[in-house]
Amino acid sequence: MLAYVVAVWLLVVGIVGIVTSRHLVHLVLCITVTQSSTYVLLLAVGFRENGTGRAPIFADLPPGTPVVDPIVQALTLTDVVVEATVTALLLALTVQVAKRFGTVDPDELGALRG
Amino acid sequence: MLTSLVVLVPILSATALAAASPFLPGRRGISAVAAVAGCAGLTAILLARTGTYTVTWFAGWHPRGDAAIGIAFAVDGIGAGLALFVGALGVVALVLSARLVQAETLLFDALAVLFVAAMVGFCLSGDIFNMFVFFELMSVSAYILVGYEVRQRAPLEGSLTFAVTNTVGSILLLFGIGLLYNKTGALNLAQIGRALEHGPLDLGVVVAFALITVGLLVKAGVVPFHLWMADAYAVAPTPICILLAGAFSELGLYAVFRILWTAFGGAFAGQEDALRAVFVGAGALTGVVGAAMCLLQHHLKRMLAFATIAQVGMFLVGLGLLTADGTAGAAVWVVGDGLVKAALFALVAVVQHREGKVTEAALHGRARDLWPLGLAFAFGALTIASVPPTGSFLGRSIVEDAALKLDGYRWVPALLAVVTAVVGGALLRAAARVFAGWGQRAPDDPYAEDRDAQDEPDERDGGADRADPFLWVPAVLLLGAAVVWGVLPGLRDSVAGAAAAFVDTDAYAAAVLDGAHHAVHAPTIHPPSITGYLYAAGSVAGALAIGAAGIAGLGGRLPRAVRATADGARALHSGRPTDYVAWLAAGATALTGVLALVLT
Repeated sequence: MLAYVVAVWLLVVGIVGIVTSRHLVHLVLCITVTQSSTYVLLLAVGFRENGTGRAPIFADLPPGTPVVDPIVQALTLTDVVVEATVTALLLALTVQVAKRFGTVDPDELGALRG
Repeated sequence: MLTSLVVLVPILSATALAAASPFLPGRRGISAVAAVAGCAGLTAILLARTGTYTVTWFAGWHPRGDAAIGIAFAVDGIGAGLALFVGALGVVALVLSARLVQAETLLFDALAVLFVAAMVGFCLSGDIFNMFVFFELMSVSAYILVGYEVRQRAPLEGSLTFAVTNTVGSILLLFGIGLLYNKTGALNLAQIGRALEHGPLDLGVVVAFALITVGLLVKAGVVPFHLWMADAYAVAPTPICILLAGAFSELGLYAVFRILWTAFGGAFAGQEDALRAVFVGAGALTGVVGAAMCLLQHHLKRMLAFATIAQVGMFLVGLGLLTADGTAGAAVWVVGDGLVKAALFALVAVVQHREGKVTEAALHGRARDLWPLGLAFAFGALTIASVPPTGSFLGRSIVEDAALKLDGYRWVPALLAVVTAVVGGALLRAAARVFAGWGQRAPDDPYAEDRDAQDEPDERDGGADRADPFLWVPAVLLLGAAVVWGVLPGLRDSVAGAAAAFVDTDAYAAAVLDGAHHAVHAPTIHPPSITGYLYAAGSVAGALAIGAAGIAGLGGRLPRAVRATADGARALHSGRPTDYVAWLAAGATALTGVLALVLT
């Protein structure tokens, strides 16, 4: 249960951080905080109560042993890869903004508006 | 085999293009066009071969009982049709990019092909996590393609805003998928559907559905999640605009309803009235806001971006009616409008390519010598206002008939008429000013300072005097295709069948999980009635009147309260990613709250 609370908390503080951000790098890091809420959620979904689940590696476990859900672990791994790509791209854009326009304040953006 | 090739061919081609890029500097060829054309051809074969459903389990991991461990492509007429449309627009976009995008390497082509491949895979997937992966793949490709002209300020900022907003959206989508997996232990759409069918409809299911919907509606650009869209679409290279406005946004809507019908169809059975009110309401709001903002713009590509938002609203109304004929109408309309919008973007590119400017004021009368293209642009604007016998008209009249069958939705045809008239009128005004020089020069736009001076992606090369046939011939062909789409024999029947399969939860689950073929009852869709022609006449007349009023400069003489409201609405589109995420969070909370109230 606690894990779900943590996941929702990360989601909420991450979004609050993005909305109130005054620095693009800070903003990107807030996005990674928000992203980590999904990792916590997915892993919590696969968790077995009271820690009865073993690691899902059947090399040395007899078939039928309770294990944590391997699917959500695979999903988390995929998710980490996907989100790392996005973070890298966002940081690259931030570097370009800083280099060309000399600002990292998201509130100074807005060449396009209206 | 064929189903996998549809996605494998473009993905492998993109990889090969990227790998070849360092060895072939400065070379652009037809290889990317060939890759996308091959993908489109394979999709066409797949569409022709798909009866009701075609299900492919990769590596032979077939489901046992109701448990699907493997990953499947579950193709139906709507999915394959949309994939084919994406492929076709991709060919057009890559042909145009040969002239419009000055790329030094093959990387632009590689990304564009990857973008198409991801969208095609997204249409065919029958697994919610696979959909998420394709969704992220197409999003990341799109972020880079929008910001490709990274030396200029506007594309860089547009790309950043686009990426920040959509990443938050995709996190919410994944959060919803996680909650759904927690409830059902499944990722296959049909299996989720069967698991939810028997369980109680509790708050967890509704919140999961709400978060998934929000994530996808951010992509679709439904108010209040639309703010990033005008910024990104206005600055992307024109070929990418064609793909974004014609297919990318519509894919968001497609996924909402694909997931709604297959995974939540059983869980929400009996709740159609409440859901319908929410979706049609959101669509109507999006249509009105998009149309009003379109009228206020003077930047041609931004105008087309808001036209896209308005149309997404209309498509949401059609799909949100939650009937097979509403879905069929929206499907026909998406293709019809996508073709026209692609043509309009290409025509804007002709002028922008030559003059290096893209606002009404700067271009006033500058394209007088291109008057035949002005006529084509005006025809495109009238098509958006659904002039018969185009595909837009056919789609809209099917949606109207579907709405008239439902109690309490008899106002929908009037709404569609008003929204399409306003969008068409705004585009006609722009056509008259740019291609004929009629009326006063457009007033200076307080929001457009310096845009033309340095911030526009410069798509001009060498200042050619004449219109480039490489650009206007495809545009005219696209307009022709939009007309043909409206009179294509047999189209109504096949779309009716495909839409019936799209909305049939049980038949989909049987085909995917049991390999069984259930008969699907296709609705009869009548040709446009006299009422349909009257509504179309109304919106064409409205568009002409609004266009004329715009040229006469009546906009400046509106009551002060109206102008103040318009200024306020424009000020909300502030161009700041932080504001956009705030709106996104507010909208997500509101939508979740509303759905929780009406569904539980």
